[in-house]
Amino acid sequence: MLVILLGLLFAALTMSTFATLSASPAHADEVGTDLYDFVLSGNVQFDQKPLDGVLITVKGGGYEASVKTGVDGKWKVGVPEKGTFIVSLDEDTLPQGVIVAKGGSTTEAEFGLTKVKAVNFFLGEGVRTTVSFFDQFVNRFVNGLNFGLLLALAAIGLSLIFGTTGLSNFAHAEMITFGALMTLLFSVTLGVPIWLAIIVAIVLSAGLGWSLDAVIWKPLRRKGVGLIPLMIVSIGLSLALRYLFQLFVGGGTSQLPGSGLADMKLGPIRLSVIDLASMGISIVVLLAVSYFLLRTRIGKATRAVSDNPSLASASGIDVDGVIRIVWVLGGALAGLSGILWAYFRPGVSWDMGFQILLLVFAAVTLGGLGTAFGALIGSIIVGLFVELSTLWLPSDLKYVGALVVLILVLLLRPQGILGRKERIG
Amino acid sequence: MIDWGAIFSNAAVELISPTTAAYALAALGLAIHFGYTGLLNFGQAGFMALGAYGFAISTLSFGFPVWGAVLVGIGASVIFALVLGIPTLRLRADYLAIVTIAAAEIVRLLFTTNTFQALTGSANGLSGYKGGFSDLNPIPEGRYGFGPFEYNEYDWWLRIVAWSIVVLACLFTWQIMRSPWGRVIKGIREDEDAVRALGKNVYSYKMQSLILGGAFGTIAGMIFVLPRAVVPSNYQTSLTFFIYAILLLGGASTILGPVIGSMVFWVLLSFFSGFIARAVEAGWIPFITSIQAGQLRFILVGVAIMLIVIFRPQGIFGNKKELAFVK
Repeated sequence: MLVILLGLLFAALTMSTFATLSASPAHADEVGTDLYDFVLSGNVQFDQKPLDGVLITVKGGGYEASVKTGVDGKWKVGVPEKGTFIVSLDEDTLPQGVIVAKGGSTTEAEFGLTKVKAVNFFLGEGVRTTVSFFDQFVNRFVNGLNFGLLLALAAIGLSLIFGTTGLSNFAHAEMITFGALMTLLFSVTLGVPIWLAIIVAIVLSAGLGWSLDAVIWKPLRRKGVGLIPLMIVSIGLSLALRYLFQLFVGGGTSQLPGSGLADMKLGPIRLSVIDLASMGISIVVLLAVSYFLLRTRIGKATRAVSDNPSLASASGIDVDGVIRIVWVLGGALAGLSGILWAYFRPGVSWDMGFQILLLVFAAVTLGGLGTAFGALIGSIIVGLFVELSTLWLPSDLKYVGALVVLILVLLLRPQGILGRKERIG
Repeated sequence: MIDWGAIFSNAAVELISPTTAAYALAALGLAIHFGYTGLLNFGQAGFMALGAYGFAISTLSFGFPVWGAVLVGIGASVIFALVLGIPTLRLRADYLAIVTIAAAEIVRLLFTTNTFQALTGSANGLSGYKGGFSDLNPIPEGRYGFGPFEYNEYDWWLRIVAWSIVVLACLFTWQIMRSPWGRVIKGIREDEDAVRALGKNVYSYKMQSLILGGAFGTIAGMIFVLPRAVVPSNYQTSLTFFIYAILLLGGASTILGPVIGSMVFWVLLSFFSGFIARAVEAGWIPFITSIQAGQLRFILVGVAIMLIVIFRPQGIFGNKKELAFVK
């Protein structure tokens, strides 16, 4: 029956290629205009003549939509908020010999006082320089690696918590969001330098992990509540916290300082300084966590509790203490991951953690539930898969590929890549 | 000053609204999965989406009659249940949870993408599929009812059909859970290995339960879209969480629990949001805006889920001996 799911994916794939090749597909020149109040619109013309079937993509704040210009060359996209959006024109859909002459095919649109914002591209004659498939691949690969590394930070925390307590913590999404929100609060609202804001945010995230364990999870463990009720409690907590965030920060998207930095070109790879820093930080932190787990006494105790809590307790390990450390570590890692995710998206919003929660779960399951290094491998696979799949799949389906892979892996190797067989079933 | 009459009548209307019926039916399906069989299905939103889109697409794009469109929806959900069940029903419970939640998101993203816009209407969704259903309406035109419960012929027809389906589904579930099949199902929840030792094919029984509860969710999805339009953003994971809240409120392994749970949930929610919204307007709660008031309900639902699970895991009607949380 998976065949059907794959068939659908395949259909999406062929339809998307078909749509760019065929000359006159059915156009919808308005997307989301009756759903949202705020509208981006434009008119694509060349030499006073309207061009139809030109693909425009609007992206920002986690929202993404694409539209094709109508016969009159006009397009409209409704957007959920009055924020900044990145509008790009797909040059492949322009007629032969026409390119975007000035300003590039991607531009930033910011709403003024009105609910409508016009976005225009300046077209001219010329030959377009296409990016070769190999270059695109390398670019996507590096992006995917970056994304995978930031997922790994969150996934390792989730996996450690699962390993030591058996809890599938859905509220991990809110721990991710919390890190980004605190950075926003300190850097933008309170004007603290960004590096200090990040450190404060990570410390506060660790504090959040500590207090969640102290206030909710430890008493529930004491009470002997089962694992499935615990999971449902975490779902309730996730829902409550998420909307509590929205209550405080609203539904919009804000940018952290420095998120708009220009890309540098390193051969075919286009990266900003932030991307490089993000990858560097992820790698250093992941190495530090590995060192902690493999070489330190507490790390070894953590793995022992993860393996068999009763035996660990009998060998004199303070299980509750270890679990508390795991929550603090998990909180700090999730907070850092949220900050990096805020730069990767880019933008801070109330539900940003929830947007990647399933990918984090997919990564943890892929690697094998409860294995810290499995989570790392799983995350990198998921990150690469999400980014590379955009080479073939339309970008609004990029998360679908990773989730399908999750189901396939469970079918073929249910214990995950590094999991042991007897853990499940 | 606060208009208490409006708040109470708005809340009372929810008692028999088709949305309440749809949530009750979806929760009943979930009761079969979670309450009776012990399956952690977190993809009920996906089943509902398949019902809604199966019905709307086959009516709009292929001109199916109502019964045909209903069958398409149910067929889609059976296939979906098989896709979900084959890889995960042999695994530990939390794997099913993660896979079902992922599969429901896949379904929602496939319905939201621009790639299939001709069929699914992308983020705008679909509307205009109600003709066949309202043509079946035997009630003559006009307005009927009393007090807050005054509706036109379509709204009454919809309410009668929706609640009849809920009643039939309840009777069916009640009977089937008393049958030998139901005993095996409950046995699986209590101790899978014991049932296996009796020579029953646990995997197959779980699959049947998944399909049956999924079909209830699918029909609920159809009822859900008859008073409104099909919009993909309605089928986010929070929909599943709402249904879980209803189920846990009423009692997970009960027949009437999901129905009463749904009524209590919607009446209270409507009362609460109505009260907060008007209290904000009246300036009683100066520190929040009316937009923020709308978000309070989600916080309330989240906190309610936590409190019920911790302090009254059997729900309003449940029997503590019949807890779905055995492990």
